[in-house]
Amino acid sequence: MLRDYTAPITAAPRTPQPVQETSASPLQREPIVNDFAITVATKNGSGSQTSNAILLRALFKMGIPVSGKNLFPSNIQGRPTWYTIRLSKDGYLARRETTEIMIVLNPDTILEDHQNTAPGGVFMYADDIKLPVRRSDLHYYAIPVKEMARQHESDPKLRTYVANMVYVGAIAQLLGIDLNEIEAALMFHFKGKPKPVESNMKVVRAAAAWAAEHLIKTDPYRVERMDKTKGQIMIDGNTAAALGAIYGGVGFAAWYPITPATSLADALNEYLPKLRMDPETQAPTYVVVQAEDELAALGMVMGAGWAGARAMTSTSGPGISLMAEFAGLGYFAEIPAVIWDVQRMGPATGLPTRVSQGDIIAAYWLGHGDTKHPVLLPGSVYECFEFGWRAFDLAERLQTPVFVLSDLDLGMNQWMSKPFDYPEEPMDRGKVLTEEQVNATKGFARYKDVDGDGIGWRTLPGNESPYAAYFTRGSGHNERAMLSERADDWENNMDRLARKFETARKLMPPPVIEMVEGAEIGIIGFGSTDPAIQEARAMLETKGIRASYLRLRALPMNDDVTMFLASHKRIYVVELNSDAQLCQLIRLHSPKDAEKVYPANHNDGLPLTAHWITEEILYQETRH
Amino acid sequence: MTAIKNGITAGNGAQATTTPAPLPKMSAPGASTAGVNIIGLVKADYKGLESTLCNGCGHDSISSQIITACYELGVKPEHIVKFSGIGCSSKSPAYFMSRSFGFNALHGRMPSVAQGALLANHTLQGLGVSGDGDTGSIGLGQFMHLIRRNLRMVYIIENNGVYGLTKGQFSATADVGQELKHAGRNEFPPIDLCRAAIVADCGFVARSFAGDPKQVVTLLKAALCHRGTAVLDIISPCVTFNNRDDSTKSYAWGKAHDERINDIGFVMSQEEIRVDYAEGETKEVELFDGSKIVLKKLDGSHDPTDKQAALRLLTEAHEKQLFITGLLYINTERPNLAETYHLVKPIASYQQDKLRPSRESLQKIMSAMY
Repeated sequence: MLRDYTAPITAAPRTPQPVQETSASPLQREPIVNDFAITVATKNGSGSQTSNAILLRALFKMGIPVSGKNLFPSNIQGRPTWYTIRLSKDGYLARRETTEIMIVLNPDTILEDHQNTAPGGVFMYADDIKLPVRRSDLHYYAIPVKEMARQHESDPKLRTYVANMVYVGAIAQLLGIDLNEIEAALMFHFKGKPKPVESNMKVVRAAAAWAAEHLIKTDPYRVERMDKTKGQIMIDGNTAAALGAIYGGVGFAAWYPITPATSLADALNEYLPKLRMDPETQAPTYVVVQAEDELAALGMVMGAGWAGARAMTSTSGPGISLMAEFAGLGYFAEIPAVIWDVQRMGPATGLPTRVSQGDIIAAYWLGHGDTKHPVLLPGSVYECFEFGWRAFDLAERLQTPVFVLSDLDLGMNQWMSKPFDYPEEPMDRGKVLTEEQVNATKGFARYKDVDGDGIGWRTLPGNESPYAAYFTRGSGHNERAMLSERADDWENNMDRLARKFETARKLMPPPVIEMVEGAEIGIIGFGSTDPAIQEARAMLETKGIRASYLRLRALPMNDDVTMFLASHKRIYVVELNSDAQLCQLIRLHSPKDAEKVYPANHNDGLPLTAHWITEEILYQETRH
Repeated sequence: MTAIKNGITAGNGAQATTTPAPLPKMSAPGASTAGVNIIGLVKADYKGLESTLCNGCGHDSISSQIITACYELGVKPEHIVKFSGIGCSSKSPAYFMSRSFGFNALHGRMPSVAQGALLANHTLQGLGVSGDGDTGSIGLGQFMHLIRRNLRMVYIIENNGVYGLTKGQFSATADVGQELKHAGRNEFPPIDLCRAAIVADCGFVARSFAGDPKQVVTLLKAALCHRGTAVLDIISPCVTFNNRDDSTKSYAWGKAHDERINDIGFVMSQEEIRVDYAEGETKEVELFDGSKIVLKKLDGSHDPTDKQAALRLLTEAHEKQLFITGLLYINTERPNLAETYHLVKPIASYQQDKLRPSRESLQKIMSAMY
């Protein structure tokens, strides 16, 4: 039963069926507590990142589940930037499409920001911005941002930065955010340095006092202390990944600057000197190299992994394009390596500061010929840490490059999480022969399948046995690593690599499955869309649709996926790319189920919302 | 067929050293017997597989000189790691020292692989073989960055000005105006890789000619003792695609236009014997391991520690289509890459006890994340 599964999957035209996200009616006075979104509209490079991070952490410290997402341009200074914070008493952390509290400091975007504020919402703006019209369904608060910045900062160059603390103070007063928690957040941000904390707090307090005196609160939004973040941490995925790598024993990292992966290498450089000095020699047990390009970065990782160090690189789409040839060499010469791809929007330069899950096919098959790679798919910052160390165990066990696909949303934004668990499993350094073992082995053969799992034994440079050395090459070779162009050697080697990939299938983390009894439909997703999918399932349930959920955590897929497909009448594959890449991979994985696997893909550069998923599945369900 | 030949006589089971160790431990002078070097190995211990290159290829001659240099220096084959890119030259590491690990990397990408491997284990001595296409065209960027970082390795360019495996296209080191049967006329001036290396602050830049085994061996020995990247550009005529007598990379041209700037006698400080040491003006340059090279200036004019003089010499020679052989430039002051990173033990030798920070340290980080 041959079928053309390479045909493009086209999304059906659809008529939007709005799902009400908020029950707020215009200018309602019933208090709305801990369940709304705040968006701050500024210009990038103005220092608003700090103030937004402070707001986010202060709310988090008040025990309210929050998520923050930075929607920023590919630019250094002066272009519009938005930061959205979602407060959710029910713990939903995905982005929302509506925002109830709009704070505008950027006159360039005033029209669209004005339009995009939810009915009944708050419009807080710097009072030097002229409002063209006023809506009857919004609460307006004009703040003398420039005047207060002038009062508190004599240096005109720093006034833009200080202005950010003005809105922090004003909104804190208006919503009831505890100023002590703002101070604690500043302490966290400035790593306990009292001077910047005090100078910022001075502005925050003054702005809060001004707001208390001059603003009459007419809106219903406020925050209240909860205990839903107790024991939780807040961290971005790139830092989590770097920490995972450090606890996984990274010995060598090479990288080239690229958004949104740069902060992963930054975190390595921040934490490694604190955690990984040899107490005996005071020397580092690691090396981090900023390479001349991504191609050299993976080349260095290949050399280091081959020589026995736990080696990794971190990059994004354009980087993995450059790494393609080395990825193929790593697969064929069987060299352990870990490659983090913090995905951004492609093709080409694309939208470098916007999220996408568009590299899953590219990473899985990166390289020419019959190359394929194990791919890890972390779905949370917790898993960024876990897969950070686990990836090295898999790479050394399987002697092959292992990809870890994060994305901009997961990697660069702050997420609440349970604290990371210390790796309890001992490191798996894979099959490495010592000098004595080589000497005892009658005829060491690097690529011989001794154990039937497709994985040969390797030796490391520095092994002083005269029988240990072999010549590593990307050209055809036999079991003894000798150049060979013989047909049988080639086929035997490729068959063994296929067996090794089957071993990988068993070793990769299985999917997380939430089976709902009696559910006709199942949702499959991966990565950063997890919170949106979880919330969408709750929304669908209110519409009478119950959906099971399989969150894929690795490629190649295992039998759990096959079973999940068999257990449901319709499967929707939720992902952030235009070609429904995972949907295509699932259809290839189980061709007999292909006809009941439907794409639910979206790709506008923004983190996925539960609203979109719900609407999409509701629409597709009406057609069945 | 096995890569391991007979004659393994010593050195089994020794532990990896924790300090840079390109040179073997010396036995007492006069202790060696005939055919056995100072670490007790015979020349056959340095052999590789049979070459598959064309008969008479200059590259095979260079492979022989590598074997001779390592054998005579008494370098333990297991302490050498061979690297190469892609091309005729890059096949050659299979043809010498089978007891050394080797990595035949991608076209033009030998430097990055070597950097990774030798940072993972900086106690090993890197020996790379590349070609003019591999280094001068596709790999020019990595070549310059390798030199810039000053990784300790010998970087040999087997330079014939032509792509052999793809049947005779011009490389970036081909002479301007040169004509080849398939490629036609070359319209572009050659890149002088020695000049490029000096510009990138390489601390050891030398040029030789494959048909001059004595000079090649001497320069190789000196290069193996250099603390950083040592670039050795060896004109190695292609017998099949680029050996017209009017090519600067032909044997005939090489023999006729080889202008030697200095004769180098290499002296290992441990031995305190000067090989081939001649009378006249000399200059001693101390290498990182205490060994010295003594330069004998035949024409008495070139000072290899003078960067400007080296560049001037090469520029003039470039205009005259001459190649100057010998040690062109040396600077032993720059720290190498492993020193820059303050490495002590090989990174690759660390195990879980040193690689995984404590449980308490993670708790401390987690508590700060609230």
